[in-house]
Amino acid sequence: MAAPHVSMRGVTRVFPTQKGALHALGPVDLDLRKGEFFAVVGPSGCGKSTLLEMIAGLAPPSAGTVEFEGRAIGSDVPDGVGVVFQENACFPWLNVADNITFGLRRLPVAKDEVARRLDYALGLMGLRDFAAAYPAQLSGGMRQRVCIARTLVTQPRLILLDEPFGALDQQTRLLMGDELLNLWRATGATVLLITHALDEAAMLADRVAVMSSRPGCILEIIETGWSADRDSRIVSDPAFGAVTGKLWGLLRDQSLNALGPAA
Amino acid sequence: MSRARRIALYQALAVAIPVLLLEVACRVGLIQPLTMPTPSSMVVGLVEILASGRINAAILKTLANVAAAFVLASVAGVALGALLHRAAPVRRLLEPLFSTYYAIPIYAFYPLFIVVFGLGDAPQVLIGFMLALVAVIVSTLNGLDSVPRVLIKTARVCRMNAVQTATQVTLPYAAPHLFTGVKLAAAYSFIGVIGAEFIMSQSGLGYEIRFAFDNLDNQVMYPLILLILVVSVTVNFTLDHWDKALRARRGAAR
Repeated sequence: MAAPHVSMRGVTRVFPTQKGALHALGPVDLDLRKGEFFAVVGPSGCGKSTLLEMIAGLAPPSAGTVEFEGRAIGSDVPDGVGVVFQENACFPWLNVADNITFGLRRLPVAKDEVARRLDYALGLMGLRDFAAAYPAQLSGGMRQRVCIARTLVTQPRLILLDEPFGALDQQTRLLMGDELLNLWRATGATVLLITHALDEAAMLADRVAVMSSRPGCILEIIETGWSADRDSRIVSDPAFGAVTGKLWGLLRDQSLNALGPAA
Repeated sequence: MSRARRIALYQALAVAIPVLLLEVACRVGLIQPLTMPTPSSMVVGLVEILASGRINAAILKTLANVAAAFVLASVAGVALGALLHRAAPVRRLLEPLFSTYYAIPIYAFYPLFIVVFGLGDAPQVLIGFMLALVAVIVSTLNGLDSVPRVLIKTARVCRMNAVQTATQVTLPYAAPHLFTGVKLAAAYSFIGVIGAEFIMSQSGLGYEIRFAFDNLDNQVMYPLILLILVVSVTVNFTLDHWDKALRARRGAAR
Protein backbone atom coordinates (compact mmCIF):
# COMPACT_ATOMS: atom_id res chain seq x y z
CA MET A 1 0.00 0.00 0.00
CA ALA A 2 1.20 3.51 -0.86
CA ALA A 3 2.55 5.74 1.91
CA PRO A 4 -0.21 7.81 3.55
CA HIS A 5 -0.51 11.47 2.48
CA VAL A 6 -1.14 12.58 6.05
CA SER A 7 -0.21 10.49 9.04
CA MET A 8 -1.00 11.13 12.72
CA ARG A 9 0.51 8.95 15.42
CA GLY A 10 -0.39 9.15 19.10
CA VAL A 11 -1.50 12.76 18.74
CA THR A 12 -2.96 14.42 21.82
CA ARG A 13 -3.79 17.98 22.69
CA VAL A 14 -3.92 19.27 26.25
CA PHE A 15 -4.99 22.83 27.05
CA PRO A 16 -3.79 24.47 30.24
CA THR A 17 -6.75 26.01 32.10
CA GLN A 18 -7.21 27.61 35.50
CA LYS A 19 -8.62 24.32 36.83
CA GLY A 20 -5.62 22.35 35.59
CA ALA A 21 -4.88 20.63 32.28
CA LEU A 22 -7.84 19.95 30.00
CA HIS A 23 -7.37 16.83 27.91
CA ALA A 24 -9.09 17.95 24.70
CA LEU A 25 -8.09 15.38 22.11
CA GLY A 26 -6.52 12.03 21.53
CA PRO A 27 -4.62 9.89 21.40
CA VAL A 28 -5.44 9.86 17.68
CA ASP A 29 -3.90 7.63 15.01
CA LEU A 30 -5.07 8.52 11.52
CA ASP A 31 -3.86 8.02 7.95
CA LEU A 32 -5.25 9.92 4.97
CA ARG A 33 -4.71 8.30 1.56
CA LYS A 34 -3.48 10.49 -1.25
CA GLY A 35 -6.38 11.88 -3.27
CA GLU A 36 -9.20 10.68 -1.03
CA PHE A 37 -12.10 12.73 0.31
CA PHE A 38 -12.09 12.21 4.06
CA ALA A 39 -14.64 13.60 6.50
CA VAL A 40 -14.55 13.82 10.29
CA VAL A 41 -17.80 14.05 12.27
CA GLY A 42 -18.18 14.29 16.01
CA PRO A 43 -20.21 15.89 18.78
CA SER A 44 -19.61 19.57 19.45
CA GLY A 45 -16.51 20.25 21.54
CA CYS A 46 -14.84 16.93 20.66
CA GLY A 47 -11.79 18.63 19.21
CA LYS A 48 -12.37 18.05 15.50
CA SER A 49 -11.35 21.61 14.61
CA THR A 50 -8.24 21.17 16.78
CA LEU A 51 -7.44 18.05 14.78
CA LEU A 52 -7.55 20.11 11.59
CA GLU A 53 -5.47 22.93 13.07
CA MET A 54 -2.76 20.45 14.02
CA ILE A 55 -2.58 19.11 10.45
CA ALA A 56 -2.54 22.70 9.19
CA GLY A 57 0.40 23.59 11.44
CA LEU A 58 -1.72 26.22 13.19
CA ALA A 59 -1.65 24.44 16.58
CA PRO A 60 1.15 22.14 17.73
CA PRO A 61 0.16 18.76 19.24
CA SER A 62 0.96 18.29 22.93
CA ALA A 63 2.29 14.81 22.16
CA GLY A 64 2.63 12.60 19.10
CA THR A 65 3.61 13.35 15.52
CA VAL A 66 1.80 14.70 12.48
CA GLU A 67 3.35 14.13 9.05
CA PHE A 68 2.39 15.50 5.65
CA GLU A 69 4.02 13.82 2.63
CA GLY A 70 6.45 12.12 4.99
CA ARG A 71 7.67 15.35 6.67
CA ALA A 72 6.83 16.32 10.23
CA ILE A 73 4.60 19.38 10.56
CA GLY A 74 6.07 22.03 12.82
CA SER A 75 4.53 25.29 13.90
CA ASP A 76 4.21 26.59 10.33
CA VAL A 77 1.66 25.85 7.66
CA PRO A 78 3.31 23.32 5.30
CA ASP A 79 3.78 24.10 1.63
CA GLY A 80 0.98 22.56 -0.46
CA VAL A 81 -1.70 22.84 2.23
CA GLY A 82 -4.77 25.06 1.83
CA VAL A 83 -7.30 25.81 4.57
CA VAL A 84 -10.89 27.05 4.37
CA PHE A 85 -12.50 28.19 7.62
CA GLN A 86 -16.14 28.39 8.69
CA GLU A 87 -16.09 32.13 9.37
CA ASN A 88 -16.02 34.71 6.62
CA ALA A 89 -12.30 35.07 5.89
CA CYS A 90 -12.66 37.53 3.01
CA PHE A 91 -10.64 40.72 3.25
CA PRO A 92 -13.30 43.48 3.16
CA TRP A 93 -11.00 46.07 1.58
CA LEU A 94 -10.16 43.88 -1.43
CA ASN A 95 -12.43 43.00 -4.33
CA VAL A 96 -13.17 39.37 -5.22
CA ALA A 97 -10.30 39.02 -7.70
CA ASP A 98 -7.75 40.49 -5.28
CA ASN A 99 -9.11 38.35 -2.45
CA ILE A 100 -8.67 35.21 -4.55
CA THR A 101 -5.11 36.01 -5.60
CA PHE A 102 -4.09 37.25 -2.12
CA GLY A 103 -2.08 34.15 -1.21
CA LEU A 104 -0.91 33.51 -4.74
CA ARG A 105 0.70 36.92 -5.20
CA ARG A 106 3.29 36.20 -2.54
CA LEU A 107 4.34 32.92 -4.17
CA PRO A 108 6.88 32.84 -7.01
CA VAL A 109 4.21 32.61 -9.71
CA ALA A 110 4.44 34.57 -12.99
CA LYS A 111 1.87 37.31 -13.63
CA ASP A 112 0.15 35.64 -16.58
CA GLU A 113 -0.03 32.38 -14.61
CA VAL A 114 -1.73 34.27 -11.74
CA ALA A 115 -4.25 35.65 -14.24
CA ARG A 116 -4.81 32.19 -15.75
CA ARG A 117 -5.43 30.54 -12.38
CA LEU A 118 -7.68 33.40 -11.26
CA ASP A 119 -9.77 33.00 -14.39
CA TYR A 120 -10.01 29.23 -13.84
CA ALA A 121 -11.05 29.64 -10.19
CA LEU A 122 -13.61 32.34 -11.03
CA GLY A 123 -15.12 30.00 -13.62
CA LEU A 124 -15.12 26.90 -11.42
CA MET A 125 -16.69 28.71 -8.45
CA GLY A 126 -19.23 30.65 -10.55
CA LEU A 127 -17.77 34.02 -9.60
CA ARG A 128 -16.95 35.38 -13.04
CA ASP A 129 -19.55 38.17 -12.88
CA PHE A 130 -18.37 39.24 -9.43
CA ALA A 131 -14.60 39.64 -9.93
CA ALA A 132 -14.77 43.39 -9.26
CA ALA A 133 -17.35 43.19 -6.44
CA TYR A 134 -16.44 43.71 -2.78
CA PRO A 135 -17.24 41.05 -0.13
CA ALA A 136 -19.83 43.34 1.54
CA GLN A 137 -21.90 43.09 -1.67
CA LEU A 138 -21.95 39.26 -1.64
CA SER A 139 -24.09 36.65 0.12
CA GLY A 140 -22.59 34.28 2.68
CA GLY A 141 -22.43 31.46 0.13
CA MET A 142 -20.66 33.66 -2.40
CA ARG A 143 -18.12 34.80 0.19
CA GLN A 144 -17.36 31.18 1.06
CA ARG A 145 -16.87 30.50 -2.66
CA VAL A 146 -14.30 33.32 -2.69
CA CYS A 147 -12.44 31.69 0.21
CA ILE A 148 -12.48 28.30 -1.50
CA ALA A 149 -11.26 29.91 -4.73
CA ARG A 150 -8.44 31.61 -2.81
CA THR A 151 -7.28 28.21 -1.59
CA LEU A 152 -7.79 26.62 -4.99
CA VAL A 153 -5.49 29.00 -6.91
CA THR A 154 -2.46 28.04 -4.80
CA GLN A 155 -2.97 24.49 -6.15
CA PRO A 156 -2.77 22.75 -2.77
CA ARG A 157 -2.18 19.00 -2.62
CA LEU A 158 -4.11 18.86 0.66
CA ILE A 159 -7.25 20.94 1.24
CA LEU A 160 -8.45 21.29 4.85
CA LEU A 161 -12.06 22.43 5.31
CA ASP A 162 -13.18 23.44 8.81
CA GLU A 163 -17.00 23.37 8.70
CA PRO A 164 -16.91 25.48 5.53
CA PHE A 165 -20.69 25.42 5.04
CA GLY A 166 -21.60 25.79 8.70
CA ALA A 167 -23.03 29.28 8.25
CA LEU A 168 -25.02 28.50 5.08
CA ASP A 169 -28.61 27.42 4.50
CA GLN A 170 -29.42 23.80 3.57
CA GLN A 171 -30.00 24.29 -0.18
CA THR A 172 -26.83 26.30 -0.54
CA ARG A 173 -24.96 23.60 1.38
CA LEU A 174 -26.07 20.86 -1.02
CA LEU A 175 -25.11 22.89 -4.07
CA MET A 176 -21.78 23.92 -2.53
CA GLY A 177 -21.21 20.23 -1.82
CA ASP A 178 -21.56 19.52 -5.55
CA GLU A 179 -19.08 22.27 -6.31
CA LEU A 180 -16.70 20.85 -3.76
CA LEU A 181 -16.91 17.41 -5.41
CA ASN A 182 -16.20 19.00 -8.81
CA LEU A 183 -13.23 20.82 -7.36
CA TRP A 184 -11.93 17.63 -5.75
CA ARG A 185 -12.19 15.72 -9.03
CA ALA A 186 -10.63 18.60 -11.01
CA THR A 187 -7.63 19.06 -8.71
CA GLY A 188 -6.98 15.51 -7.50
CA ALA A 189 -6.12 16.94 -4.08
CA THR A 190 -6.61 15.10 -0.81
CA VAL A 191 -9.55 16.68 1.04
CA LEU A 192 -10.17 16.64 4.79
CA LEU A 193 -13.61 17.96 5.74
CA ILE A 194 -14.54 18.70 9.34
CA THR A 195 -18.29 18.94 9.81
CA HIS A 196 -21.06 18.44 12.32
CA ALA A 197 -23.55 17.61 9.53
CA LEU A 198 -23.85 13.84 9.08
CA ASP A 199 -25.55 14.08 5.68
CA GLU A 200 -22.81 16.37 4.41
CA ALA A 201 -20.11 13.90 5.47
CA ALA A 202 -22.05 10.91 4.11
CA MET A 203 -22.66 12.57 0.74
CA LEU A 204 -19.19 13.99 0.10
CA ALA A 205 -16.64 11.64 1.61
CA ASP A 206 -15.03 8.34 0.59
CA ARG A 207 -14.42 7.63 4.27
CA VAL A 208 -15.97 9.18 7.36
CA ALA A 209 -14.29 9.11 10.77
CA VAL A 210 -16.59 9.32 13.79
CA MET A 211 -15.11 10.95 16.86
CA SER A 212 -16.04 10.45 20.49
CA SER A 213 -16.98 13.21 22.89
CA ARG A 214 -14.10 14.91 24.74
CA PRO A 215 -11.34 13.84 24.88
CA GLY A 216 -11.98 13.21 21.19
CA CYS A 217 -10.76 9.88 19.84
CA ILE A 218 -11.61 8.17 16.57
CA LEU A 219 -14.29 5.54 17.28
CA GLU A 220 -14.65 4.10 13.83
CA ILE A 221 -13.96 4.87 10.18
CA ILE A 222 -16.79 4.09 7.76
CA GLU A 223 -16.27 3.52 4.03
CA THR A 224 -19.15 5.05 2.08
CA GLY A 225 -18.35 3.18 -1.17
CA TRP A 226 -19.59 5.92 -3.52
CA SER A 227 -18.22 6.17 -7.05
CA ALA A 228 -15.92 9.13 -7.74
CA ASP A 229 -18.45 10.83 -10.05
CA ARG A 230 -21.13 11.18 -7.34
CA ASP A 231 -23.16 14.32 -6.76
CA SER A 232 -25.76 15.61 -4.30
CA ARG A 233 -28.47 13.43 -5.87
CA ILE A 234 -27.18 10.42 -3.91
CA VAL A 235 -29.15 11.76 -0.93
CA SER A 236 -32.16 9.95 -2.46
CA ASP A 237 -30.20 6.65 -2.77
CA PRO A 238 -31.32 4.05 -0.15
CA ALA A 239 -27.63 3.33 0.55
CA PHE A 240 -27.25 6.98 1.62
CA GLY A 241 -29.83 6.50 4.33
CA ALA A 242 -27.98 3.41 5.51
CA VAL A 243 -24.69 5.35 5.79
CA THR A 244 -26.17 8.31 7.70
CA GLY A 245 -28.09 5.86 9.89
CA LYS A 246 -24.89 4.05 10.75
CA LEU A 247 -23.11 7.36 11.51
CA TRP A 248 -25.93 8.49 13.78
CA GLY A 249 -25.94 5.12 15.54
CA LEU A 250 -22.31 5.69 16.47
CA LEU A 251 -22.71 9.34 17.27
CA ARG A 252 -25.92 9.38 19.30
CA ASP A 253 -24.45 8.21 22.59
CA GLN A 254 -21.43 10.46 22.14
CA SER A 255 -23.62 13.49 21.53
CA LEU A 256 -25.62 12.66 24.67
CA ASN A 257 -22.32 12.43 26.56
CA ALA A 258 -21.24 15.80 25.21
CA LEU A 259 -24.47 17.39 26.46
CA GLY A 260 -23.64 16.24 29.99
CA PRO A 261 -25.51 14.17 32.61
CA ALA A 262 -28.47 16.60 32.70
CA ALA A 263 -29.54 15.53 29.19
CA MET B 1 -33.58 66.01 -3.73
CA SER B 2 -31.29 63.12 -2.84
CA ARG B 3 -30.56 62.21 0.78
CA ALA B 4 -26.91 63.29 0.53
CA ARG B 5 -27.90 66.67 -0.94
CA ARG B 6 -30.49 67.22 1.75
CA ILE B 7 -27.90 66.51 4.46
CA ALA B 8 -25.46 68.91 2.79
CA LEU B 9 -28.19 71.58 2.73
CA TYR B 10 -28.95 71.08 6.42
CA GLN B 11 -25.25 71.24 7.26
CA ALA B 12 -24.94 74.50 5.33
CA LEU B 13 -28.00 75.93 7.09
CA ALA B 14 -26.65 74.85 10.48
CA VAL B 15 -23.65 77.12 9.83
CA ALA B 16 -25.41 79.89 7.92
CA ILE B 17 -28.27 80.57 10.36
CA PRO B 18 -26.14 81.17 13.51
CA VAL B 19 -23.71 83.29 11.47
CA LEU B 20 -26.63 85.34 10.19
CA LEU B 21 -28.05 85.75 13.71
CA LEU B 22 -24.59 86.83 14.93
CA GLU B 23 -24.39 89.38 12.12
CA VAL B 24 -27.78 90.81 13.11
CA ALA B 25 -26.91 90.83 16.82
CA CYS B 26 -23.70 92.76 16.11
CA ARG B 27 -25.39 95.23 13.80
CA VAL B 28 -28.27 96.12 16.12
CA GLY B 29 -25.80 96.62 18.98
CA LEU B 30 -26.74 93.56 21.00
CA ILE B 31 -23.03 92.63 20.85
CA GLN B 32 -20.65 95.59 21.20
CA PRO B 33 -18.03 96.08 18.44
CA LEU B 34 -15.34 95.95 21.14
CA THR B 35 -16.50 92.44 22.08
CA MET B 36 -16.88 91.07 18.57
CA PRO B 37 -16.96 92.64 15.10
CA THR B 38 -19.62 91.52 12.60
CA PRO B 39 -18.89 88.23 10.78
CA SER B 40 -18.96 90.05 7.45
CA SER B 41 -16.26 92.44 8.60
CA MET B 42 -14.19 89.42 9.75
CA VAL B 43 -14.32 88.07 6.20
CA VAL B 44 -13.40 91.47 4.75
CA GLY B 45 -10.60 91.79 7.30
CA LEU B 46 -9.27 88.34 6.49
CA VAL B 47 -9.21 89.08 2.76
CA GLU B 48 -7.37 92.33 3.43
CA ILE B 49 -4.81 90.67 5.70
CA LEU B 50 -4.20 87.88 3.20
CA ALA B 51 -3.96 90.36 0.31
CA SER B 52 -1.48 92.56 2.16
CA GLY B 53 0.74 89.49 2.61
CA ARG B 54 2.20 90.73 5.86
CA ILE B 55 1.51 87.57 7.83
CA ASN B 56 1.70 85.02 5.00
CA ALA B 57 5.06 83.83 6.31
CA ALA B 58 3.50 83.29 9.77
CA ILE B 59 0.59 81.34 8.26
CA LEU B 60 2.94 79.14 6.25
CA LYS B 61 5.15 78.51 9.27
CA THR B 62 2.20 77.47 11.41
CA LEU B 63 0.66 75.23 8.75
CA ALA B 64 4.04 73.58 8.16
CA ASN B 65 4.40 72.90 11.90
CA VAL B 66 0.85 71.56 12.15
CA ALA B 67 1.51 69.29 9.17
CA ALA B 68 4.76 68.07 10.75
CA ALA B 69 3.06 67.31 14.09
CA PHE B 70 0.16 65.60 12.30
CA VAL B 71 2.31 63.38 10.06
CA LEU B 72 4.71 62.45 12.87
CA ALA B 73 1.87 61.63 15.27
CA SER B 74 -0.03 59.58 12.67
CA VAL B 75 2.97 57.50 11.63
CA ALA B 76 4.38 57.05 15.13
CA GLY B 77 0.91 56.43 16.60
CA VAL B 78 0.07 53.62 14.18
CA ALA B 79 3.53 52.07 14.59
CA LEU B 80 3.45 52.28 18.41
CA GLY B 81 -0.14 51.05 18.49
CA ALA B 82 0.78 48.02 16.37
CA LEU B 83 3.78 47.26 18.61
CA LEU B 84 1.78 47.69 21.83
CA HIS B 85 -0.92 45.39 20.49
CA ARG B 86 1.68 42.62 20.32
CA ALA B 87 3.15 43.43 23.75
CA ALA B 88 0.14 42.73 25.97
CA PRO B 89 1.87 43.30 29.38
CA VAL B 90 3.24 46.71 28.32
CA ARG B 91 -0.17 47.60 26.98
CA ARG B 92 -1.87 46.74 30.28
CA LEU B 93 0.73 48.90 32.01
CA LEU B 94 0.11 51.92 29.78
CA GLU B 95 -3.64 51.69 29.27
CA PRO B 96 -4.51 53.66 32.48
CA LEU B 97 -2.19 56.39 31.25
CA PHE B 98 -3.95 56.52 27.88
CA SER B 99 -7.38 56.85 29.44
CA THR B 100 -6.29 59.78 31.65
CA TYR B 101 -3.81 61.25 29.19
CA TYR B 102 -6.00 64.15 28.08
CA ALA B 103 -6.33 65.32 31.67
CA ILE B 104 -2.58 66.03 31.66
CA PRO B 105 -1.86 69.70 30.89
CA ILE B 106 0.66 69.11 28.12
CA TYR B 107 1.24 72.87 27.82
CA ALA B 108 2.77 72.82 31.31
CA PHE B 109 5.78 71.10 29.72
CA TYR B 110 6.12 73.82 27.10
CA PRO B 111 8.54 76.04 29.08
CA LEU B 112 10.66 72.96 29.71
CA PHE B 113 10.67 72.13 26.00
CA ILE B 114 11.77 75.70 25.22
CA VAL B 115 14.64 75.34 27.65
CA VAL B 116 15.67 72.04 26.09
CA PHE B 117 14.99 72.72 22.40
CA GLY B 118 15.22 76.52 22.20
CA LEU B 119 12.72 79.00 20.86
CA GLY B 120 12.57 77.48 17.38
CA ASP B 121 9.78 75.36 15.87
CA ALA B 122 10.67 72.13 17.68
CA PRO B 123 8.87 72.78 21.02
CA GLN B 124 5.64 73.75 19.20
CA VAL B 125 5.74 70.71 16.92
CA LEU B 126 6.43 68.56 19.96
CA ILE B 127 3.37 69.90 21.80
CA GLY B 128 1.16 69.21 18.75
CA PHE B 129 2.72 65.78 18.34
CA MET B 130 2.20 64.85 22.00
CA LEU B 131 -1.43 65.94 21.96
CA ALA B 132 -2.16 64.01 18.74
CA LEU B 133 -0.12 60.87 19.40
CA VAL B 134 -2.24 59.13 22.02
CA ALA B 135 -5.48 59.53 20.04
CA VAL B 136 -3.82 57.63 17.17
CA ILE B 137 -2.38 54.95 19.47
CA VAL B 138 -5.73 54.33 21.17
CA SER B 139 -7.68 54.09 17.92
CA THR B 140 -5.00 51.81 16.43
CA LEU B 141 -5.33 49.49 19.44
CA ASN B 142 -9.14 49.52 19.13
CA GLY B 143 -8.89 48.78 15.43
CA LEU B 144 -6.47 45.89 15.90
CA ASP B 145 -8.69 44.45 18.65
CA SER B 146 -11.53 44.27 16.13
CA VAL B 147 -9.64 42.07 13.62
CA PRO B 148 -11.35 38.64 13.44
CA ARG B 149 -9.12 35.70 14.41
CA VAL B 150 -9.92 33.95 11.16
CA LEU B 151 -8.11 36.68 9.16
CA ILE B 152 -4.99 36.21 11.28
CA LYS B 153 -5.22 32.45 10.73
CA THR B 154 -5.58 33.14 7.00
CA ALA B 155 -2.40 35.22 7.11
CA ARG B 156 -0.63 32.25 8.73
CA VAL B 157 -1.96 29.92 6.05
CA CYS B 158 -0.44 32.34 3.51
CA ARG B 159 2.83 32.00 5.49
CA MET B 160 3.10 35.71 6.23
CA ASN B 161 5.48 36.99 8.91
CA ALA B 162 4.51 39.46 11.66
CA VAL B 163 5.34 42.60 9.65
CA GLN B 164 3.52 41.36 6.54
CA THR B 165 0.52 40.38 8.65
CA ALA B 166 0.42 43.87 10.18
CA THR B 167 0.84 45.84 6.96
CA GLN B 168 -1.25 43.62 4.69
CA VAL B 169 -3.95 42.17 6.94
CA THR B 170 -4.53 43.67 10.38
CA LEU B 171 -3.84 47.37 9.70
CA PRO B 172 -5.86 47.42 6.44
CA TYR B 173 -8.71 45.74 8.33
CA ALA B 174 -8.42 48.33 11.09
CA ALA B 175 -8.28 51.23 8.59
CA PRO B 176 -11.67 52.76 9.49
CA HIS B 177 -10.60 52.87 13.15
CA LEU B 178 -7.22 54.33 12.21
CA PHE B 179 -9.02 57.04 10.28
CA THR B 180 -10.90 58.07 13.41
CA GLY B 181 -7.54 58.52 15.15
CA VAL B 182 -6.04 60.37 12.23
CA LYS B 183 -8.96 62.81 12.14
CA LEU B 184 -8.51 63.50 15.86
CA ALA B 185 -4.77 63.88 15.28
CA ALA B 186 -5.44 66.62 12.73
CA ALA B 187 -7.54 68.58 15.25
CA TYR B 188 -5.05 68.05 18.09
CA SER B 189 -2.11 69.13 15.91
CA PHE B 190 -3.85 72.45 15.22
CA ILE B 191 -4.69 72.96 18.88
CA GLY B 192 -1.20 72.00 20.05
CA VAL B 193 0.84 74.09 17.64
CA ILE B 194 -1.33 77.21 17.68
CA GLY B 195 -1.81 77.02 21.45
CA ALA B 196 1.95 76.81 21.98
CA GLU B 197 2.51 79.77 19.67
CA PHE B 198 -0.12 81.66 21.58
CA ILE B 199 1.60 81.06 24.93
CA MET B 200 5.13 81.93 23.91
CA SER B 201 6.78 82.29 20.51
CA GLN B 202 8.12 84.90 18.14
CA SER B 203 6.15 84.06 15.01
CA GLY B 204 3.24 82.04 13.64
CA LEU B 205 -0.53 82.36 13.57
CA GLY B 206 -0.90 81.82 17.31
CA TYR B 207 1.67 84.54 17.96
CA GLU B 208 -0.18 86.98 15.64
CA ILE B 209 -3.46 86.27 17.40
CA ARG B 210 -1.81 86.79 20.78
CA PHE B 211 -0.27 90.04 19.58
CA ALA B 212 -3.65 91.32 18.37
CA PHE B 213 -5.28 90.06 21.57
CA ASP B 214 -2.81 92.01 23.75
CA ASN B 215 -3.49 95.17 21.72
CA LEU B 216 -7.28 94.73 21.76
CA ASP B 217 -7.02 94.63 17.95
CA ASN B 218 -10.28 92.86 17.08
CA GLN B 219 -9.89 93.73 13.39
CA VAL B 220 -6.91 91.33 13.23
CA MET B 221 -7.68 88.80 15.96
CA TYR B 222 -11.10 87.68 14.75
CA PRO B 223 -10.17 87.36 11.06
CA LEU B 224 -7.22 85.17 12.07
CA ILE B 225 -9.44 82.97 14.25
CA LEU B 226 -11.75 82.70 11.25
CA LEU B 227 -8.79 81.64 9.12
CA ILE B 228 -7.90 78.82 11.55
CA LEU B 229 -11.54 77.73 11.57
CA VAL B 230 -11.72 77.64 7.77
CA VAL B 231 -8.46 75.70 7.40
CA SER B 232 -9.27 73.11 10.08
CA VAL B 233 -12.82 72.58 8.79
CA THR B 234 -11.45 72.10 5.26
CA VAL B 235 -8.89 69.55 6.47
CA ASN B 236 -11.55 67.73 8.48
CA PHE B 237 -14.02 67.67 5.60
CA THR B 238 -11.35 66.27 3.26
CA LEU B 239 -10.43 63.49 5.70
CA ASP B 240 -14.11 62.80 6.30
CA HIS B 241 -14.73 62.49 2.58
CA TRP B 242 -11.96 59.89 2.21
CA ASP B 243 -13.20 58.09 5.30
CA LYS B 244 -16.73 57.83 3.86
CA ALA B 245 -15.42 56.60 0.51
CA LEU B 246 -13.39 53.92 2.31
CA ARG B 247 -16.34 52.78 4.40
CA ALA B 248 -18.80 52.79 1.51
CA ARG B 249 -16.64 50.34 -0.45
CA ARG B 250 -16.42 47.97 2.51
CA GLY B 251 -20.17 48.06 3.10
CA ALA B 252 -22.17 49.69 5.84
CA ALA B 253 -21.50 46.74 8.19
CA ARG B 254 -18.54 48.44 9.83
